[in-house]
Amino acid sequence: MKAFRGQPSIFASAQPDQRLAELEVKDLSLSFGGLMALHRVDLRVRTGELVAIIGPNGAGKTSLLNCITGYYKPQEGQILFNGEEITRLPPHEITHRGIGRTYQNIELFPGMTVISNMLLARHIHCRYNLAPASLFSRRVRREEVRHRRVIEEIIDFLEMQPIRKKLVGSLPYGLRKRVELGRALALEPKLLVLDEPFAGMTLEEKEDMVRFLVELNEAWNQTMILVEHDMSIVMSISQRVIVLDFGKKITEGPPQEVQDHPEVIKAYLGDTSTIG
Amino acid sequence: MLRLHFRPCGNYRERYEQEMTIFETDFGRLWMGVGIVIALGVVPFLASPYMLYILNNMAIAAIAAVGLNLLIGFTGQISLGHGAFVGVGAYAAAVLATRVGLPFVVAVPLAGLVTALVGMVFGIPSVRLKHLYLTIATLAGQFIIEYLLVHWESLTGGAEGIILPEADLLGLRLVSDRSFFCVLFLIFVFLTWVAVNLVRTRYGRAFVAIRDNDRAAEGMGIPLFRYKLLAFGISSFYAGIAGALLAFYTVSITPEPFTLFLSIEYIAMIIIGGLGSISGSVFGAVFITLLNESLSWTAEFLMNTEALSRVALTIAPLREFVFGLIIVLFIIFEPRGLAELWRILRASFRLWPFAY
Ligand SMILES: Nc1ncnc2c1ncn2[C@@H]1O[C@H](COP(=O)(O)OP(=O)(O)OP(=O)(O)O)[C@@H](O)[C@H]1O
Ligand SMILES: [Mg+2]
Repeated sequence: MKAFRGQPSIFASAQPDQRLAELEVKDLSLSFGGLMALHRVDLRVRTGELVAIIGPNGAGKTSLLNCITGYYKPQEGQILFNGEEITRLPPHEITHRGIGRTYQNIELFPGMTVISNMLLARHIHCRYNLAPASLFSRRVRREEVRHRRVIEEIIDFLEMQPIRKKLVGSLPYGLRKRVELGRALALEPKLLVLDEPFAGMTLEEKEDMVRFLVELNEAWNQTMILVEHDMSIVMSISQRVIVLDFGKKITEGPPQEVQDHPEVIKAYLGDTSTIG
Repeated sequence: MLRLHFRPCGNYRERYEQEMTIFETDFGRLWMGVGIVIALGVVPFLASPYMLYILNNMAIAAIAAVGLNLLIGFTGQISLGHGAFVGVGAYAAAVLATRVGLPFVVAVPLAGLVTALVGMVFGIPSVRLKHLYLTIATLAGQFIIEYLLVHWESLTGGAEGIILPEADLLGLRLVSDRSFFCVLFLIFVFLTWVAVNLVRTRYGRAFVAIRDNDRAAEGMGIPLFRYKLLAFGISSFYAGIAGALLAFYTVSITPEPFTLFLSIEYIAMIIIGGLGSISGSVFGAVFITLLNESLSWTAEFLMNTEALSRVALTIAPLREFVFGLIIVLFIIFEPRGLAELWRILRASFRLWPFAY
């Protein structure tokens, strides 16, 4: 086997129309009992963009992602992905349509190895069905080998070779976040949704992660939504920033503009006018 | 050139295929081959009918246990209805053989399919229920089926049961323990191999994912309900085949054996053998069958000894007690079961005499 360093084949071989990721969220409202978690939120993401969503704790960022990926059912509004309505579809259907995600509180399978975790993500790309699988036919074997190769390429890309066969439960937090990114990539998502991928990481791990995300986005045109608290990262890598506060979108725009927006400063620092 | 791999002192694999094999080394494959040849070529001619009878019961129990382990050990859906599903298989085979007049080769797989359907119907509650609640629902299923076996007399013959015609395999009459042994053993080997294959493909991975973290499994694009139903279907298919074979082997069937206690016996097999391990299910089936046999042996022996016959009467109900005790001991001391003990034994044997 030749050493691998470069573009994983899933990106190299993908046709542009397979990478199409046009997301449109219209007028989305979600409430839990009396609590408005999201209030008439609009959002557009175009193919190839890296969009960041920021906001103070409890602003509704995770809730928005959960609506997009089908875990929460919004009461009002619409979510369109590549022109198709996906509002209220169950999560597995949405994964099939090409949205892959990571979770704020890491949802890996701790009792499995890194490789097994990532192989699971190949589920939607397995073409064989029950009968050949139960006989482990030649075709099944060939396909399994192909999936394994895809996984190994992603592992190489994310520089996880030394931990490939480790149980995920035994890994430190920062590495688990990386495994979760790898698993999401193994889905070959058109739209990659990341919920706080930098949380709990050391500085070095953050630098690695930034490198991966930037390469994914800039070199391979991976469309991404990123929820993150670390402002310096958000401001340096995203092309557009959306600010949520108390479930409402308060502003949206290029990082520099958003940073200086009075509403944003107010949301983050509290209402300073009342202090003075 | 064919190169045999025995016990390399490191991981020298060069291709991904090599990581997908069932046996790590050619040594394991060789042993398995030798084992199958001995089992088919030597055992039937050396073993006494009584030993063959025990082996046959082991094979049937192992098929059912492998199926149950796919459901409980791999998918994490605890079912207390497996004994009833074995009963459904037995009755399906009996009805198909007597009423429809189907031969052995058709009646057995068909009974498996019928049971798979019934199992999926009783798996429907898994769409909403999890853990203990689902277990209770399957318990209800056990009782419903038990009730039907006794009271749906027009179909099942009530408490008297059904007498099956002689089994024949494409012209060969299966009447002796010996001929049954060969057939049962081959079916057992085949179905175990199928289970191992399922476990190493996307189906097994999806089952384990559902067991470990259903939220994330859904995020991986696995439709939970469909796969839970599939697990119920496959597991009851195994139960159905086991029941059908049992029916043909024992010739006459009554509702009596297919009680909750049988379900618990299967659960004991997979706990003692090792949850989530195919080979463990087989170990467990062997262990429990032997235990059952030795318990009834002891009871019989005491009965025949004048002075001890009183003791024997009090010991008879001890069966349940011994079962419970062994399960508890395994859960406390070796929760991963006999499969794990076997692995440890092999590993230490491999390193012997240098424990490096
Ligand atoms: N399943 C739920 N049931 C009830 N309330 C919920 C649920 N999920 C979220 N909420 C509420 O909705 C609001 C938004 O929560 P959300 O998790 O989306 O915030 P967030 O922006 O992701 O915050 P953080 O930065 O802390 O992750 C919070 O007030 C939260 O308590
Ligand atoms: Mg959040």
